Amino acid sequence: MLTRRVIPCMDVRGGRIVKGVRFAGLRDAGDPVERAIAYEEQGADELVILDISATSEGRGACLRTVAAVRAALSIPLTVGGGVRGFDDALALLEAGADKVAVNTAAVERPVLLTELSQRVGTQCVVLAMDVASSEDVDSWEVVTRSGTVRTGLDALEWGVRAQGLGAGEILLTSWDRDGTRQGYDLALLCAMSRRVRVPIIASGGADSSAHMLDAFRAGADAVLAASIFHDGDTTVTEVKRSLASAGVEVRS
Amino acid sequence: MRACVVRTGVANIASIAAALTRCEIEPVITNDRAAIEDAELLVLPGVGSFASGMRAIRDAGLDGVIIERVMSGRATLAICLGLQMLARESEESPGVEGLGVLDASVTRFPEGVRVPQFGWNCVASESDTAPFESGYAYFANSYRFATAPAGWDAAYTDYAGAFVSALWRGRVLACQFHPELSGPWGLRLIRRWARAEEVSPC
Repeated sequence: MLTRRVIPCMDVRGGRIVKGVRFAGLRDAGDPVERAIAYEEQGADELVILDISATSEGRGACLRTVAAVRAALSIPLTVGGGVRGFDDALALLEAGADKVAVNTAAVERPVLLTELSQRVGTQCVVLAMDVASSEDVDSWEVVTRSGTVRTGLDALEWGVRAQGLGAGEILLTSWDRDGTRQGYDLALLCAMSRRVRVPIIASGGADSSAHMLDAFRAGADAVLAASIFHDGDTTVTEVKRSLASAGVEVRS
Repeated sequence: MRACVVRTGVANIASIAAALTRCEIEPVITNDRAAIEDAELLVLPGVGSFASGMRAIRDAGLDGVIIERVMSGRATLAICLGLQMLARESEESPGVEGLGVLDASVTRFPEGVRVPQFGWNCVASESDTAPFESGYAYFANSYRFATAPAGWDAAYTDYAGAFVSALWRGRVLACQFHPELSGPWGLRLIRRWARAEEVSPC
């Protein structure tokens, strides 16, 4: 039986992990290679690195970080942030990513998902989507550029369309919950998991294994968390032990 | 110890190279036919589509040497699409001929499960000849063999029913999962394959 995944996420800038609340107020959260090794030893099922630097020098630094993490890691690594086209994706894969996440560029030019999946395979292409609640009940809007641009795009429709264009997985981040530790947006997870067939990674708002259990019950295939692992509040080992005792199949 | 890694277009070659290095095997990434023919150890990776992988192999003129190595049981580790390309054909790319070493077709997972299968699933090695112990391996696939071709030993995994997660014969080991991404379990598998070690009974 396929196990549910627990995925620590490292937002990286200038070779360091940073973390904020709703994508702002960033603080230092450690060395990516040291953290990656620790997370693998704790039983992390995958790692995600998001490059949140905005400059070309920052991009070069991120590639060096990806290469250093890959050399130390023997579990899958997804990398995203600033992927505009095939060349960016290729550079990340060659540095050591196994999957590439695209976000803003796919919203602005959806055919990018098809271009990538045809050349590197669907299983390499992750659609990262940041969404905010709309005024309507059970409706969400895609936001881009670190939450500063509201696109007017319906999140559920975008998920379905992206799947058809070649996305192999959806990293679904609730902008409302990011860094708040209030729990994942369960209504969002439930709605999206019914609409698409590709796996969904829940992101934004985790504070405990109880939140992760809720996310799995709402239909998530994997859960992503940053703050609670970086701050040492809990470990992947502890989280997986709790999930297992609640009846969730996890890799021990 | 060195291993040739076939360059099949875009793939997660960096992860394979990193895993080999951690197993004290020097990776040599190439699509040179003579190097692949002579290699003591050969890794046939693959991510991407069946059609693009086959095109990369045919364009480099490597189909003959890979078929010859696998048929004669020389040390070859095929991974994910690398395993699927050994088949006659795949539902993923109708009309594209595979290497045809395995008398089998690759088919898509049935309805009712999420596709691609992403994540860790249990590989059960019930056979005495299995070159690895049972354990969790990392999968990233939408297609698979539903049954093992004749003449090969197999391990199975469950996802909407049993599918073939590994095949072996001689020193050929073909995995649907990614040993290079399967943690210490995967690294042990690579070491044993490279050194032709037997699995010690627990």
